[in-house]
Amino acid sequence: MSLRRFVLRRALSVVPVLLGVSVVTFGLFHLTPGDPVSRLVALNPDVSAAEEARLRERWGLSGPVWRQYLAWLSNVLVGDFGREFRTGRAVSAIVWRRLPETLVLGLFGWVFAIAIAVPAGIYAAVNKGNLGDVASRVLALSGVSIPNFWLGLLLILVFSLYLGVFPVLPPSRLPLYHPETLRYLLLPGVTIGTAAAASLMRVMRTSMAEELNEEYVTAARARGLPERTVVFKHVLRNSLVSVVTLAATLTAGIVAGSVVVESVFNWPGLGSEFVRAIDRREIDVVMAITLVTAVAVVLANFLADVLYAVFDPRIRYD
Amino acid sequence: MTEDGERGTDSEELRTRRRTDERGRIRVTGFDADRVRDRDPLSAWSERDGADGGTDGTNGGADDRWRRGLRRFRRNRSAMAALAVVAAMALVSLLARPVEVAGVVVQPFALAPYDPTTILYLSVDPSVSPYDPPSPRFPMGVDGAGRDLFSRVLVGGRYSISIGFVVVGLTASFGLVYGAISGYYGGVVDEVMMRVVDVVFAFPGLVLALAVVATLGGGYWQLVAAFSLFGWAGYARLVRGEVLSIAEREYVLAAKVIGARDRTVIRRHVAPNALSPLVVLASLDVGSVVIGVAALGFLGLGMDPSTAEWGTMLDATRETLIQGPGGEIPWWATVYPGGAIFVFVLAMNVIGDGVNDALDARETGVGRGGRGGREDRGDGRERGDDR
Repeated sequence: MSLRRFVLRRALSVVPVLLGVSVVTFGLFHLTPGDPVSRLVALNPDVSAAEEARLRERWGLSGPVWRQYLAWLSNVLVGDFGREFRTGRAVSAIVWRRLPETLVLGLFGWVFAIAIAVPAGIYAAVNKGNLGDVASRVLALSGVSIPNFWLGLLLILVFSLYLGVFPVLPPSRLPLYHPETLRYLLLPGVTIGTAAAASLMRVMRTSMAEELNEEYVTAARARGLPERTVVFKHVLRNSLVSVVTLAATLTAGIVAGSVVVESVFNWPGLGSEFVRAIDRREIDVVMAITLVTAVAVVLANFLADVLYAVFDPRIRYD
Repeated sequence: MTEDGERGTDSEELRTRRRTDERGRIRVTGFDADRVRDRDPLSAWSERDGADGGTDGTNGGADDRWRRGLRRFRRNRSAMAALAVVAAMALVSLLARPVEVAGVVVQPFALAPYDPTTILYLSVDPSVSPYDPPSPRFPMGVDGAGRDLFSRVLVGGRYSISIGFVVVGLTASFGLVYGAISGYYGGVVDEVMMRVVDVVFAFPGLVLALAVVATLGGGYWQLVAAFSLFGWAGYARLVRGEVLSIAEREYVLAAKVIGARDRTVIRRHVAPNALSPLVVLASLDVGSVVIGVAALGFLGLGMDPSTAEWGTMLDATRETLIQGPGGEIPWWATVYPGGAIFVFVLAMNVIGDGVNDALDARETGVGRGGRGGREDRGDGRERGDDR
């Protein structure tokens, strides 16, 4: 199968998954007893039945569930996620404003994870069993086990409160491309990237160690190639394949992590908006963000599979 | 070692001997019987298997594998230490305060000095104030509402730990059944069932849990539901893959050829082999569920805000932390509850790694160039380093 056909087939398989994602998102909030309108109405006993029906009509909550779903889906497909109950602001505008903040944070987390994990993984695999390897393995295990919100709180405690190196909060919102933003990005970025860095490092070390045992490595050494070439040209390239397969899982982890980490650092991204919307029962906002994260994860999965096929042509002939 | 190899080198000698006294016999030289007996078998099969299976009527081979796994796990010192930590934390949280079921005291012990919800300056000692630093009387200090943190941290494990194990038990069993059905039937059934799994996988677990809690509200069983409703997908995918690959193996074919029924094949060959990766995943999963529960608590969406639950306790400290230094920084309110989560999850992950090393069939089998024999004889630490 050519690469192009593989990508096309894989892209087609994304469609039913996205459809299912929309069904689950909708079902989660509409199949439970008590829709948002009845909750709103419960707060005010003066609302008449006619007014309640009008409210339902307005928020697209009348009629059978499947018709509600189709109406919602057709709106979503053209980018209309509805409006906030309280303020009447368009949900899509909120999502668009918050999305870049989360993207920047997630990207920073990714870059941090790769910058730490790949060199550390190589080092640990090559120097298997020595002190540095043991230390990096202990660190990686701790990094996988540490709850990210606690790590964030500890970082604030140490770097902001005791050392005063980093500000707790931006004094005012700076544009994202401002160089000063980097300083505010550092602590939350490290917090969000730690878990990914740790699991990446563990996988990197295992797969490097496995590859180093392969026969082609012995062959390469026997041909007199310098160890440097063996490790960086042959082994690294092959072990990166297993890292790519992990990438999608890690992206999902970073997306989930952003919900918590943004709340810790009051980062104005999608994650903190999500928690705020749940608190205020803004169902349309919650649904929009749930959908956006799921679509992002599906796309990340798709991208990882394509990369995998590029790196390892055997995959295409399944 | 074998006669073939020897014949090549010693053919001259052989020929001369055969001509004289040992005519008609194959002479084997260079064969050290002691060495061979010492070597561990390359696969899990042994001659006893047939006899065992005959006597107890069940899967003798699989039992043997679990017993070997257990032995290897026991030899893994760090995993055993982690097991002790987890057991101790679970026990302490259980014994921290008396447990009452419908008015009857089931568990009378009280390791924690104070009730976790008692506000100290109201009912115990008026001189205590919120955010008092750690002292001999209050080893972990006092929290923002004037409650004893030590007692709260001890009790706090009840929710997180029990939810962790309950959720993993539920999701792993459902995932096992789901994945086995999907892998066994194959075809359209498999296709549809796996698309469902794909959909569940598209949502990060915490986002789904938040969504469920957003509609159901907080509370113990709501949290269990939040993590169980979608947590099974990973197990289902794993088991399905295992079942598919096991069904292709020669021993399954061999069992079918000698006339074993489907049920027997599944029970004796497919299930035991699919089970060990499931156990590995489950042991690693407990920690992530515990973190997830604590995260929901931290976001203020888990248990009731006054509950002594590790994550919920951190939520209460967040505001004072963000507001910055006002006099002394109450680090203890952040460090101890979070530290409890961290230690528990770390221990759980060490156990998971230990289980993985103990049960990983590939490491002992012939698949890795016959190195299994050497490794199997080595101690647990050698294996642990290989991860």
